[in-house]
Amino acid sequence: MSASASAPSRTVSGPAWGPDVLHAVYRLAAVLLLSLVLSFFSHAFLSWGNILNVLRQASLLFLIASGLTLVILTAGLDLSVGANLGLSAGVAAVVMHATGSALLGSFTALTCGAVIGLANGIMVARLRIPSFIATYGMLWVCSGITYYFMGGGAIYGFPAGFRALGTGYLFRVPIPIYVMVAFLAAGTLITHRTTFGQDIFAIGANAVAARLSGIPVRGRLVAVYAISGAMAGFAAIIYLARVDSAEAGIGEPLLLPAVAAVLIGGTSLFGGMGGLFGTMTGALLLTLVLNGMNLLTIDANWQPFATGVIVLLALLIDTITRRHSERRA
Amino acid sequence: MAGRLAAAPGVLFVMFLLVVLFAVLRPVFLSLPNLIDIGLQSAILLIIAIPQTMIILSEGIDISSGAVLSLCGVVLAMVLVAGGPVHLAFLAALATAVGFGAFNGALICLVGMPAFVVTLGSLGMAEGIAEILTDGNVVVGLPNGFEAFYSAKPLGVPVPILIAALVYLVAHVILYHTRFGTYVFAIGGNREALMLSGVPARWYHIGIYALGGGFIAIASLLLTARMNSGHPTVAIGMEFDAIAAVALGGTSFERGQGWLLGTLLGVLAIGILRNGLDLLMVPSSLQGVSVGILVIVTMLIDRRGARVS
Repeated sequence: MSASASAPSRTVSGPAWGPDVLHAVYRLAAVLLLSLVLSFFSHAFLSWGNILNVLRQASLLFLIASGLTLVILTAGLDLSVGANLGLSAGVAAVVMHATGSALLGSFTALTCGAVIGLANGIMVARLRIPSFIATYGMLWVCSGITYYFMGGGAIYGFPAGFRALGTGYLFRVPIPIYVMVAFLAAGTLITHRTTFGQDIFAIGANAVAARLSGIPVRGRLVAVYAISGAMAGFAAIIYLARVDSAEAGIGEPLLLPAVAAVLIGGTSLFGGMGGLFGTMTGALLLTLVLNGMNLLTIDANWQPFATGVIVLLALLIDTITRRHSERRA
Repeated sequence: MAGRLAAAPGVLFVMFLLVVLFAVLRPVFLSLPNLIDIGLQSAILLIIAIPQTMIILSEGIDISSGAVLSLCGVVLAMVLVAGGPVHLAFLAALATAVGFGAFNGALICLVGMPAFVVTLGSLGMAEGIAEILTDGNVVVGLPNGFEAFYSAKPLGVPVPILIAALVYLVAHVILYHTRFGTYVFAIGGNREALMLSGVPARWYHIGIYALGGGFIAIASLLLTARMNSGHPTVAIGMEFDAIAAVALGGTSFERGQGWLLGTLLGVLAIGILRNGLDLLMVPSSLQGVSVGILVIVTMLIDRRGARVS
């Protein structure tokens, strides 16, 4: 793992800014271009209110997708993030109503999410069940438990101070946007400037080589899945604060957009390449597309179809780029 | 003898325990009408678990099959409601399912995209198309004879069980007595070697997914007849039971190792579990959880067996 100057761009230990930053700039350019096009078609698009609305939606998506990004960097997948959010939101809502304490409720959501993530991590790292199978099973387990204890009902009406987390403003900018920026900064530091982060890239690039070079692969994997779960739990808090209501079935539709955000953001499904900044631009791009479809009054029924197409397109680009770089190597 | 017992598949232990448990708790469990019920409930699951087995044997997975099944049901119902004959409706459903299968297969086998994300994307697309076609509503008003077809009992055997048995036999012949079947195992075992020996493995690989569409279309016929309507999201999640059945049956997600009979046992184990839990009044939301637990327990039993041998 020498950091020699002649090494190709995908060395593990080298600074990960070079080509990644370039790709992120391309994506930001795409965001601007798309915004420009949309502003031609709809006058409502460039209004301050709509811009903040897009950013606020993107920030929730980013929170769910950020933990997923770490998992995908290790060449794994966490299909349970959406259902995890749904279950964590439901449990937190119950606790908040029973105790009246927003703090205790938020703590519950975080814990619930982290425990689910921990279970995923143990299944993947210890029992060696393929990650998409283990987390796909977890999706239905979470979904089933949520439907069981929520029934058909909704829990709503949370304290105003708590709701400020989702709906409040600071200097005319919605608070979730600050949360997104804070997590983006912290996450980027962790992935690019700590050994833990470097280990994640190393495991994703080649798990066997990582183990042989002394990285505690199993422990790192368990931690990554636990973080992904905890981020889903954290997103549940922001979701509750914004929507002010929890019911069964809210989380599952968020899975496909989260996967889309990570893939559009340029994190490779084959592991070892990508990062959180890309995921942020991916979340922004996807939200822009869906928001644009709304403003152009395209039937909302088209949204899952559009998201599915976007996932496949992003994956197509990822696969083809990957092939080219492999052929060159 | 002890060694042979350890080699027996975990799903048999689990099925035996479940049967004893439910028979003790609810004696009605072992009555003939209830056993026929289990067969009825398992018929559609078996028909979509068979192509899932072939796909998993080829080291793939199909998360979209539940959504595609729902879409086929909607297409079938819409053609019938519009006054089309049954064979035309079935052809429309068949074209939809085989189209999705070939689409998935092409992206996975020609481009080399990972199967679980490709089929996650096409899950979204199939669900989206079903919602767009129906505007989120259930398609009702099917001709009268259609439901009668589901509840008919030639020679005392319900039609769905007959069809499922027939489909299983055909699948057995395809998988174990044709060149295509041999290649299914070979593609999962070592696709590179197969290609190097001059076999157009990619096209066979796509064929596995396209053939899967044919099975899904047959399942949509039974599903639509059972519900006497077309519902845009009704079968989403059924692919979980199908994948669970394949895993229960001991088919590995790697290296093309597995068997079709195992999937049949897995489907029956899930049918027994869900039926028994129904008798015990456990809500269906928790049944999915218990299916997940059943799979993990069985996999652990099988792993212990593998370690012994």
